[in-house]
Amino acid sequence: MNGKHYASDPQSLRALVRPDAVHRDLYISEELYGLELERLWRNTWIYMGHDSQVPKPGDFYTAEIAGSPLVMLRGRDGEVRVFLNRCAHKGTRVVSAVEGNCGSTLRCPYHGWTYRLDGSLRTVPLKGGYRETNISDSAHWQGLAQVPNVEIYRGFVFVRLSNEGPDFREYFGDSLSSIDNMADRSPEGRLEIAGGVLRYDHDCNWKMFVENLNDAMHPMVAHQSSAGIAKRLWEEEGDDGTPPMVVQQFAPFVNDYDFFDGMGVRIYENGHSYTGVKFSIHSKYSAVAEYERQMFETYGEDRARAILGENRHNTVYFPSLTIKGAIQAIRVARPLAANRTVLESWTFRLAGAPEELLKRTMTYSRLINAPTSVVGHDDLHCYSEIQKGLHAEGNEWVSLHRNYDTAENEGIAGVYNGTSEVSMRGQMRAWLKYMLPPKAAA
Amino acid sequence: MRFVYREARLIDEKRLDEWYELFAEDALYWMPLVRGQPDPHSHTSLFCEDKFLLKVRIERLKNPLSHSQQQPSFCQHVLQRPETVRSDDEAQEYELRTPFVYLESRLDEQFTLGGVAHHTLRREDGQIRIAVKRIELLNRDAALPSIQLFL
Repeated sequence: MNGKHYASDPQSLRALVRPDAVHRDLYISEELYGLELERLWRNTWIYMGHDSQVPKPGDFYTAEIAGSPLVMLRGRDGEVRVFLNRCAHKGTRVVSAVEGNCGSTLRCPYHGWTYRLDGSLRTVPLKGGYRETNISDSAHWQGLAQVPNVEIYRGFVFVRLSNEGPDFREYFGDSLSSIDNMADRSPEGRLEIAGGVLRYDHDCNWKMFVENLNDAMHPMVAHQSSAGIAKRLWEEEGDDGTPPMVVQQFAPFVNDYDFFDGMGVRIYENGHSYTGVKFSIHSKYSAVAEYERQMFETYGEDRARAILGENRHNTVYFPSLTIKGAIQAIRVARPLAANRTVLESWTFRLAGAPEELLKRTMTYSRLINAPTSVVGHDDLHCYSEIQKGLHAEGNEWVSLHRNYDTAENEGIAGVYNGTSEVSMRGQMRAWLKYMLPPKAAA
Repeated sequence: MRFVYREARLIDEKRLDEWYELFAEDALYWMPLVRGQPDPHSHTSLFCEDKFLLKVRIERLKNPLSHSQQQPSFCQHVLQRPETVRSDDEAQEYELRTPFVYLESRLDEQFTLGGVAHHTLRREDGQIRIAVKRIELLNRDAALPSIQLFL
């Protein structure tokens, strides 16, 4: 678009999103990326971490959201709070390790201001030096600034940095059922982060990853050379018995179009969705006998079968979190620039369940999502080629036409065929909604 | 010692079928994710390949549909002199420790990795085979780019 004035002109933002296409600036404009951090990533609910990362008082975990360094901290009262990771004095990050335990206080490494675990200011060296000043009336005397909007849902910690924006339940609605299904898969109804985090540097815009999660038209093409070869080699060299877990995990990536179309996609308002309404690439993994028995015992047979019968593929919690309930794994998008994103892959232990299920999800994460993954290489290659290709002159639009129906404009929530691009249209609508200043949106 | 040099050279020269033959049938090619990781199963790993998975990678690299290799990657190992840390003549098993620098490039992009490679070598029918190659990567906790070849 000529003349960049997105910040001050809502009309120019509206012009970027058509019902069936989006403008390339959503992926390549640094100006728009800056505005996304100011608006979309502050006005909506962003995944911070999981409360099992900070089990004991003094445990902390840090992350950066919308450019702000944050620290999640378990207090002496057992509460999990999220603070801006900035000393009230001169702005030093109070915690510089990614995670750890700070003991009973946080102490700034520069001038030794200390804070209690609830963020309040505890001591300042030579406090008398401030006696004649008005510092006590200012924010500097109020301790660490707390993020006011924090919601913990089944252990998943979300923050909304802005004071304006949708209520948590209103924002996610029934899409939270995917988190419920993941947590319900534990016989104790509880998840624990386990197995370490894979961090993968992507030279592309964050939306390419998020869109891809419900893109059911790419696996059989993009992953032909990786999953396809694994499947072929097993057929050539393997015996006739049950394929090993790695083959069970690779092979469905090259299922045919009918499979991916038939699995269906459910769309919620605000950009959330999941593929695998009827079945998914995770449906046919070998059962773990002891685990089924535990689940029957906890929930009763009918309820246990209903929980295990849900095999949702990828659920997108727009814009930051994507989850795989069926194998208790998540991926988190941490944008760094218009053309750079770090993706984190985390796995969970289902509390009380056999360790084999943790091994299964760690295997999947390594095979599919690691920087060393052949499937990951296929995907990232496509994203970074889009990032380059979009600079071509001429057509400035990205097509989202597949199975577009004008009825979507009346309300997009519902179930659609799996290969529709409706999930991406839903994401772009949500993008526009939360990019507009509140008055313009109303 | 010569074996370790030759092994790296086969990767760098993309003689991957010959490289594959260096591994014992029950071999493990392993790059742990966590420092001090005791085994491949308690945490996720960056590589945890048996011979089947190594074969998948090698066949993929040869396949014209490997789009991410349309513009091919190349790599170069720079090895320090291997140190023998365990030598069991009776079992014919030897452990070597080799600090390394690894470069991987693809046209204008190049990245550098470093660490220590631990080889467990075994003599089988007069041939030396790799039982375990464990790579302790220095910056394993960084956000890494696509690593498409072999360390």
